[in-house]
Amino acid sequence: MNLTIEVNNNNITANQGDTILEALNRNGMSVPTLCHMKGLFPTGACRMCVVEVEGRRNLVTACSEPVMDGMKIKTHSLRVIESRKTIVELLLSNHPDDCLYCERNGSCELQDLSEDLNIRERRISGQKNKLKLDVSSASIVRDPEKCILCGRCVRVCEEIEGVSAIEFVGRGSKTFIGTSFNHGLNLSTCVNCGQCIMVCPTGALKEKGHICEVKDMLSNPEKTVVVQYAPSISVSLAEEFGLPSGYNMIGLMNAALRRMGFNFVFDTSFSADLTIMEEASELVHRVQNGGKLPMITSCCPGWVKYAEEFQPDLLENLSSCKSPQQMMGAIIKSYFADTEKIAPENIYSVSIMPCTAKKFEQQREEMTQNGISDVDAVLTTRELARLIRLYGIDINKLEPELADSPLGTRSSAGKIFGTSGGVMEAAIRSAHYFITGKELVKFQVKGVRGLEGRKEAKVKVGELEVGVAVVSGLKNAEILMDEIRNGRNDLHFIEVMACPGGCINGGGQPISTNEEAVRARMKSLYDIDEKDAIKVSHKNPYITELYDKFLGKPLGHKSHELLHTHYQKRDVN
Amino acid sequence: MKTTVQEILDQYPGAGRDSLIPILQQVQEKIGFLSEESVIEVGKYLKMPASKIFGVATFYNQFRFNQPGKYHVQVCRGTACHVLGSATVLDEIEKQLKVKTGQTTKDKLFSLEVVACIGACGLAPVININGEFHAKVTTDSIQSIFDSYRNREE
Repeated sequence: MNLTIEVNNNNITANQGDTILEALNRNGMSVPTLCHMKGLFPTGACRMCVVEVEGRRNLVTACSEPVMDGMKIKTHSLRVIESRKTIVELLLSNHPDDCLYCERNGSCELQDLSEDLNIRERRISGQKNKLKLDVSSASIVRDPEKCILCGRCVRVCEEIEGVSAIEFVGRGSKTFIGTSFNHGLNLSTCVNCGQCIMVCPTGALKEKGHICEVKDMLSNPEKTVVVQYAPSISVSLAEEFGLPSGYNMIGLMNAALRRMGFNFVFDTSFSADLTIMEEASELVHRVQNGGKLPMITSCCPGWVKYAEEFQPDLLENLSSCKSPQQMMGAIIKSYFADTEKIAPENIYSVSIMPCTAKKFEQQREEMTQNGISDVDAVLTTRELARLIRLYGIDINKLEPELADSPLGTRSSAGKIFGTSGGVMEAAIRSAHYFITGKELVKFQVKGVRGLEGRKEAKVKVGELEVGVAVVSGLKNAEILMDEIRNGRNDLHFIEVMACPGGCINGGGQPISTNEEAVRARMKSLYDIDEKDAIKVSHKNPYITELYDKFLGKPLGHKSHELLHTHYQKRDVN
Repeated sequence: MKTTVQEILDQYPGAGRDSLIPILQQVQEKIGFLSEESVIEVGKYLKMPASKIFGVATFYNQFRFNQPGKYHVQVCRGTACHVLGSATVLDEIEKQLKVKTGQTTKDKLFSLEVVACIGACGLAPVININGEFHAKVTTDSIQSIFDSYRNREE
């Protein structure tokens, strides 16, 4: 705090090197922003954050202008307000007027801005851009007509994910956001992570919805509709219903799912335990038999596609384990179908995921048995909330219920899968037991928790010092993979998640997601881990039972058939 | 066998993204347009995503993304031509050739490009087909101009 600036006739302190926006925000003041993204270099492109600075002829963008000692700023002078209003009016001038039908009705930043700026008439009428809806992707729908060219999707795709599937195409009033050679998103390098949806201020980007199919199946008497939900759903759904971030509503969610007509409610954390049994065994096997190291996790479908496209020479390092979603899907249509005596084709298997890439993963051809998909539909957290509202279920009037047995019982190791570092921690807990025959004294693995994009640690497992790294955001993964390619060899095991912070910040999470919400969700998961009695996957009694009755042993024949997969290089363009 | 693009890239050892535009210009000069394959190849060399290169290239009018036709039609959209109706001329051409600006007809005979002032304002509205200038073009005269080129093919 070494500078003093005057804002709206009040003095506030600021740090040397702050932008005006940072100084304002730290002092509890705000100006509207649109293209601004916290943590990324400012572009000052949209000019929504303009303020008046005494002595400057033109309005300046608060997001990119550094503070100077004694600066006098007006954040809401008449000139500033009129300027912001005109910007929004211009954005609206060629924006479709179909808010009532828009996915983002009620959660749209453009809508909020025009409300905040009291825009009540269409003063400027512009030519509408006729651009085609892109429905080619299994995960993401792009509607370029609703795009206001803020560029946030382009930046998150490039700077956070290192994918650059989309870019500004053309120039001037004909500019739009498109893919290379205007192909569909399905033919681009897009890894389906959905982070572009999370940053899109309007309805220009959204998930490919599966609500209609699920709704139809729920009313189809011939189908047994089975649902599984990912570890992070129970701690992120609350925000959709106005409850505090991180509030664990697992019991209410179970109840709501049954009210809607799902016949069986299972917890993907169970199959996360199963993933750990297989993955930790695979790690031990690789370490003891001179297999390919470092082994890299494969539960994030965004990362898997990214690796197939950009890191094909490291595909052998990926664990061959399917993701928990797909393991659960495979077990439901084999073991569960057998025990319940239901033909697999009569089971409709729905999964609720914090993720849009899971929609892509679900339809990969490797994820089938005898031509039947292991998972039939994937709903995001947002879609689940919409479905609950659609069925008129009042969350506040429900009594908590338990998930169904046996595929609904988990250890807390499976639960922490939802956060970056969780898979690592869960795997180490079991790998330690598999190698030494003893449990860890302290289950918390130091150094792999937290929201940082890259975490590293050394863990003592018996005589062996295991080097581990956890990265989230694929740009961070790219940097680490380059290090490995360049000869780094002190790592045994790497966890990669495409979304920054892991699934709790996934591309299918509530649109309102911000850093505080992500922290609250993470804390909630670790609190559950703290309180739970069973903290290791290999002690989950139902996992033991599944191996005894059906699978045999980890990495056994049956496991290989149902729970493991393979990857192949994809040509990128 | 080296590709044409590779031969061009060889002239840019250790190049970074700042060499993108000169490379693209040379590629276009050699093969007549920027093909998808060439963009990917340039991207791999400069470590740039293809989408980024496509974005840069579409920003500039000079780059084409379709194989040019045997006859390359340039329609002047400079000020003088605009005043004398080049917009309607362009509309008519797009209608007759059944292509949009930047595209090539199915029979690969004509490709269409819009250019800024070509310095022949006295002839406005003017179009240039493979270096031959056609002056004071009207919506009525276009048909016969194209026919004259089609006749050469028979």
